[in-house]
Amino acid sequence: MRFLGYTLADESSVPTEPPSPEVFERMGRFVEEASKAGVIVATGGIMPTAAGAKIALEDGEYTVVDGPFAEAKELVGGWALMECRDLAEAVEWSKRFLGVLGAGEVRVRPVTG
Amino acid sequence: MTAADSTTAIEAVFRLEFPRVVATLARVTGDLDLAEDLAQEALVDALRQWPQRGTPDQPGAWLTAVAKRKAVDRFRRDRTLAAKYALLAAGEGNGVTSAPPDAPDGTTIDDDRLRLVFVACHPVLPVAGRLALTLRLVGGLTTTEIARAYVTAEATIAQRIVRAKRAIAAAGVPFEVPEGDERVRRLSSVLEVVYLIYNEGYTATSGHDWIREELCTEALRLGRVLAGLVPDEAEVHGLVALMEFQSSRLQARVGPAGEMVLLAEQDRRRWDRLHISRGEAALRRAGERSPRRGRYALQAAIAACHARAFRIEETDWDRIAALYAELAEVMPSPIVELNRAVAIGMARGAESALWRVDQLVKMGVLDRYHLLHSVRGDLLAKLDRHEEAAAAFERAATLAQNEPERALTRRRAAESRARAALTHGGGSPPRGWGHPEHQDADQPHSPDEPDPRQWP
Repeated sequence: MRFLGYTLADESSVPTEPPSPEVFERMGRFVEEASKAGVIVATGGIMPTAAGAKIALEDGEYTVVDGPFAEAKELVGGWALMECRDLAEAVEWSKRFLGVLGAGEVRVRPVTG
Repeated sequence: MTAADSTTAIEAVFRLEFPRVVATLARVTGDLDLAEDLAQEALVDALRQWPQRGTPDQPGAWLTAVAKRKAVDRFRRDRTLAAKYALLAAGEGNGVTSAPPDAPDGTTIDDDRLRLVFVACHPVLPVAGRLALTLRLVGGLTTTEIARAYVTAEATIAQRIVRAKRAIAAAGVPFEVPEGDERVRRLSSVLEVVYLIYNEGYTATSGHDWIREELCTEALRLGRVLAGLVPDEAEVHGLVALMEFQSSRLQARVGPAGEMVLLAEQDRRRWDRLHISRGEAALRRAGERSPRRGRYALQAAIAACHARAFRIEETDWDRIAALYAELAEVMPSPIVELNRAVAIGMARGAESALWRVDQLVKMGVLDRYHLLHSVRGDLLAKLDRHEEAAAAFERAATLAQNEPERALTRRRAAESRARAALTHGGGSPPRGWGHPEHQDADQPHSPDEPDPRQWP
């Protein structure tokens, strides 16, 4: 089963400082371990909404709004596509990820097709 | 640390850590059976303690330390195991300190896992024993899960595992990573075990389901783990590439009613691009490590040709035929020849392919292989020899090993019969199927390899 795990945070509470070299290194080791275990099949980070745009189609009209999105209360920061036997296993890997990060919130959703 | 963890959560941790715990305990005690027992006992402790005290930061190290302590207790109780105790005490300390017992970079654990892989896939075991033991100890599946995956009685699997462990002990198989020629030989046994597990999932040889995806997933996981353990071995990457490419088609291979969908008829938009790109990357890694392609890298290269074609018409059949020719040299086998004939048929027309298939028929070795007959039926149908095609498909149907395959060949036999009647009636023959059952033959259980159908 494939699961998408992603971090969620309030844009205002996102630390402005980049992660310390130690956290960076530990995260690198974690990703390596999870990849070698055959669990992480793809992973990446997502930049703050300020760097992006919002595109909508309504009544045949496209609207394109550059970021940041004022109404964005929740921010996806990083994501990983995981292959796990079940939800319990995906939850365990998410815990390990958060353990490396120190604090935060991860949501896990099964992915189809 | 978490204040309270549910049994489900603890069991999930245990399942992930089990192979590593067993691997270390197997090295330390030199006894697979004991290693497995001790790991289970450590789980009992975890289930008792973790809900109150929380899951330790390094659960694997915790479980290993507890299991080692239990090993020491046992050895003290049982004087006949004194020699092993001495080994344990000398080599390992008693392993009961709270610190992680192994190097934090995980190298020791990886070495242990690799030793365990080589032992579980040891040629002293019958193939079925290797498969069961590998899934249990290296994959960490329970006996129940293995039995379900193979549609076999749990007792049968349990007995197979017990026998395999005994055979390892009786043969005095050392817990070591073999070197030199021995390593080459043993590694090929390891790869074969993973390949056979994958194949059984990809084309189930019994039961009603045409695919057992959980076996494919387990095999792919084992392959990825192996690639991490022996990253310099080209064929490991070749095998992983092969499995990634095959897995990209898993969803598209099954129709809405569970029926099999042939390669030519699959909706290629449903192919999993992530698996394909991982397959390409693994194939590249294989190529970087060795210019001489082995059997898995070659099969992966063939699978890649399919993966790269967004429409069947775009398939590079000449290249596939050339790759099969190369494969036939590395791995001479009538099934490879059959696949080669199919590719040649697609590249140069049914006539030349049928000649090759008829040569195989004359040899007689594949007489009971259903795909020989359905490939032949397909070629005959393309040549408008519908009577003969129907007979070939009927023969294939009697030999098919699962229901969907049987249903498909019966359907094709009926179609050929109908076309034969039309032709006799003077009408123009309807458009032929025009498609080989290529994808079914591209993952053959080669007869010169141990046959996974030894599974009951």
